[in-house]
Amino acid sequence: MTANTPDSTVSGKPGYPTDVYLFGTCLLDIFMPDAGMDAITLLEREGIRVHFPMDQSCCGQPAYTSGHPKEARDVARAQLGLFPEAWPIVVPSGSCGGMMKHHWPTLFAGEPEEALANALAARVVEFSDFLLNTLDWQPQDQGQPAKVAVHTSCSARREMNVHKTSWALVDRLQHVERVVHDHESECCGFGGTFSVKHPDISGAMVADKANSLQNSGAVEFVSADSGCLMNINGKLAKDGNTRFAGKHLATFLLERTGGKS
Amino acid sequence: MSARDNILGKLKAAPVTPVIEPDTAAHFARFASTASKLELLKHWAAAMRSVKTEIIWVTESNWADKLAARVTATNLPDLLVSDTPHGTKARAALANSDVTVKVFDRPVDEWKESLFNDVSASLTRCLCGIAQTGTLVLWPDSKEPRTMSLVPPVHFVLFDTQTLYPNFFTAMDAQQWSAGMPTNAVLVSGPSKTADIQLTLAYGAHGPREVIVLACLPEGVNPTLLEDAA
Amino acid sequence: MSQHTVTLYPSRQFKDNARSALGDTELRHSLRTAMDFLMAKRLSAFPDENELETLRTLGETIRQRCLAKLPTLLEQLEAKLTANGIQVHWAETPAEANQIIQGLIDRRNGKLAVKGKSMVSEETELNHHLEAHGVTAVESDMGEYIVQMAGEKPTHIIMPAIHKTKAQIAKLFSENIPDTPYTEDVDELIQIGRKALRHLYMKADVGISGVNFAVAETGTLCLVENEGNGRMCTTVPDMHIAITGIEKVVEKLSDVVPLYSLLTRSAIGQPITTYFNMISSPRKEGELDGPREVHLVLLDNGRSQAYADTQLRKTLQCIRCGACMNHCPVYTRIGGHAYGTTYPGPIGEIISPHLLGLENTSDLPTASSLCGACGEVCPVRIPIPEMLMRLREESQRPANEHVAHPLRGQGAGRTGKESIAWRVWKGVVGKASHYKLFGWTASHLRALTPVNQPGWTQNHVPMKPAAKTLHQLIKEREAKRS
Repeated sequence: MTANTPDSTVSGKPGYPTDVYLFGTCLLDIFMPDAGMDAITLLEREGIRVHFPMDQSCCGQPAYTSGHPKEARDVARAQLGLFPEAWPIVVPSGSCGGMMKHHWPTLFAGEPEEALANALAARVVEFSDFLLNTLDWQPQDQGQPAKVAVHTSCSARREMNVHKTSWALVDRLQHVERVVHDHESECCGFGGTFSVKHPDISGAMVADKANSLQNSGAVEFVSADSGCLMNINGKLAKDGNTRFAGKHLATFLLERTGGKS
Repeated sequence: MSARDNILGKLKAAPVTPVIEPDTAAHFARFASTASKLELLKHWAAAMRSVKTEIIWVTESNWADKLAARVTATNLPDLLVSDTPHGTKARAALANSDVTVKVFDRPVDEWKESLFNDVSASLTRCLCGIAQTGTLVLWPDSKEPRTMSLVPPVHFVLFDTQTLYPNFFTAMDAQQWSAGMPTNAVLVSGPSKTADIQLTLAYGAHGPREVIVLACLPEGVNPTLLEDAA
Repeated sequence: MSQHTVTLYPSRQFKDNARSALGDTELRHSLRTAMDFLMAKRLSAFPDENELETLRTLGETIRQRCLAKLPTLLEQLEAKLTANGIQVHWAETPAEANQIIQGLIDRRNGKLAVKGKSMVSEETELNHHLEAHGVTAVESDMGEYIVQMAGEKPTHIIMPAIHKTKAQIAKLFSENIPDTPYTEDVDELIQIGRKALRHLYMKADVGISGVNFAVAETGTLCLVENEGNGRMCTTVPDMHIAITGIEKVVEKLSDVVPLYSLLTRSAIGQPITTYFNMISSPRKEGELDGPREVHLVLLDNGRSQAYADTQLRKTLQCIRCGACMNHCPVYTRIGGHAYGTTYPGPIGEIISPHLLGLENTSDLPTASSLCGACGEVCPVRIPIPEMLMRLREESQRPANEHVAHPLRGQGAGRTGKESIAWRVWKGVVGKASHYKLFGWTASHLRALTPVNQPGWTQNHVPMKPAAKTLHQLIKEREAKRS
């Protein structure tokens, strides 16, 4: 299924893709769908056709990291047939991308779908990585001068090795000053079911993360991971903070470049 | 079945994994220092000083006098030496001083308390040095026992700078340690220390509080060459 | 004779322990400051990233080679040590190890033992065992000396007393060491400890130590330390007993060079420790000092269970540097005591289930956000997050399911409620039509979102579905366009 067929012609650069799949991820689908739409808009604006297979649901990560690989495999299996063309599979989440790219091959090792899972894994690209390194996104920042902090998910940082891509994208915005927050490389405490299995420890971690982001001098923060965003924003809101919150990177980039009116 | 048989039995029943032979020598060759001998010596000295080691540049002909001068300058009441040529030489150099020279010439069991309570300094030699980490390799033997470098609060080490190796691997490799090790060998990098209380570094934990190296240069090498700021 | 049995039930207390640690602001501050310091020190010890990564790969390959040959190397080590005059003993359980050590001490009618740092002896609770049998065992590592005096266990494998402030230690010393005035001067405190312990080294009947690397090629026991207490314990008393885990054997003497470098730089950011002590025999004929008897006790205690599985075997690559705990956001917040195990932090989470069974540790593999900081710094590249996920799987696997290498306590973390939840989840998310219906329902009934979401709403506002799912938004947009 095709989300849109843009009229604009596709860039003639070699290696520049004409079409991509978007794997929206379940968290984003249900809790922050606007970020998904914003990612699509950004990609389309660069002349890419974005395909969103309507039968997609979840990469299987929640069960996988909770010790239930069979259930994870069944859920992941349902996604394997949705990406028949050789296009890149863009994932607006480091952790879901990490699951698909690095854990699907393990999950399907020795299964009939092994080769298919490996082939799909090889095509998975995290959203910020795609925007920066494949599209070489060159924005025209139309926003007011602002200081912004970036929180990179641990999967993006350590599994996908793309922690510098979000920085680089934000740094390309002419009027944005990216500020570094205290213990920037430290986990926000989400960790999927960790946050509900160990709420005391997870709560201490997210409290520290929320504090250091607020004390960074930034007016808001961005992240390319919906799990971290829900965790940190959920904590900030619980503490009654109405002035400081995080946005998905796609939403932020689109806002800054006049794509959201 | 003994515990030994049970443990080995379980381990032998486990799946066999392929053995990949690492090339340790190649690694150390790849990251080997290209520094000259003089530069290595300077690096060694800087590294040792960074862990509170005192270095006195000496030569074969003057080390005993310099040792005697250093011992008397800080009013050390006594010095423990070994029954070796360098021990004898040190003894001779201190013959006309107030310093009591003691010789480690009988089993420690006969005078353990005295070793702990009545000895303030000792002199030993070392096998070689390691530039990269600022280290001396002690190789105690029946003439120069292990406790000499451990129990007295001040430890003088006689070090022939010609035996300085770039790193631990090159020292071990060149001297073929794997062919047979002595009862005890120790790498020493400075006086004993600890940071166990609130990560605050404190010297003089259980072993020597001071390590003073008599670093023996070949005749004709000017020690000032080793002390420039570069 | 009564036997001291090791009874640790960390999982039953872990969450309570963690909660009380989290509420201790002094502890939180001590830990954060210390871990920040250790992380910075490690970073400064590896200025060349290429050298670091190459060295890590070398360390990993060496440890894997040694593990691949483990049974052969243990036999070789035993033969070589025996030829050198060092007596080798084997123990499957902590109780066996304690019995062996007590037997050796009893044979000499020993009453006082001085101990160098040994995490394996913590594992067997050797001190308690000896104490119960009339042998006083005094810890001589400054940090261990402090925690023993406080009646505690080490909170960190490298820095046992890292949780204590100097004021707490000053109070402890002044109250427990005769004629000791209260002082918070660290140099003075160390000199107080030095004086008290030097007195004991010369009186001790036996010295007990751990081992960092046991070299099969030469029959050499290597000990890494800064303080000199390890040398004291292994040199001054007439008998030296070393205890170590069976995984600590390395094949060649040259193997220790990269491993030692990785160990000290990863642990405390030092290029090298003050001492690297290599012991290859007891006192020989004609030598004037050193112990006349040297023994090595090799302990299994569940390590062979990890060994039986080629994935979990990687756990045994560990060289006990503690870098994983220094970098762990969970450890940094709760400290070592909360885990209730000898080995805390990430390495503790993956080794303790083998030592104590999943039935006693089922909360440990889940006590991680899988952030991966541990794996990123591990000097021998143990994939700790991967091990954690595997242990979660074994903990959730039905107890009666047959597998090739069942872990002790398989299925211990499994609850009916959670298993059903995942099956329901699979039913909903695993089928496109069900998932779409779920999304539609969740968004349309968002007003009915529960206000109390167990675990989540303790720290967050409730998770509330958006008014429309991404699926719906895209469908609407397409409908509009066509």
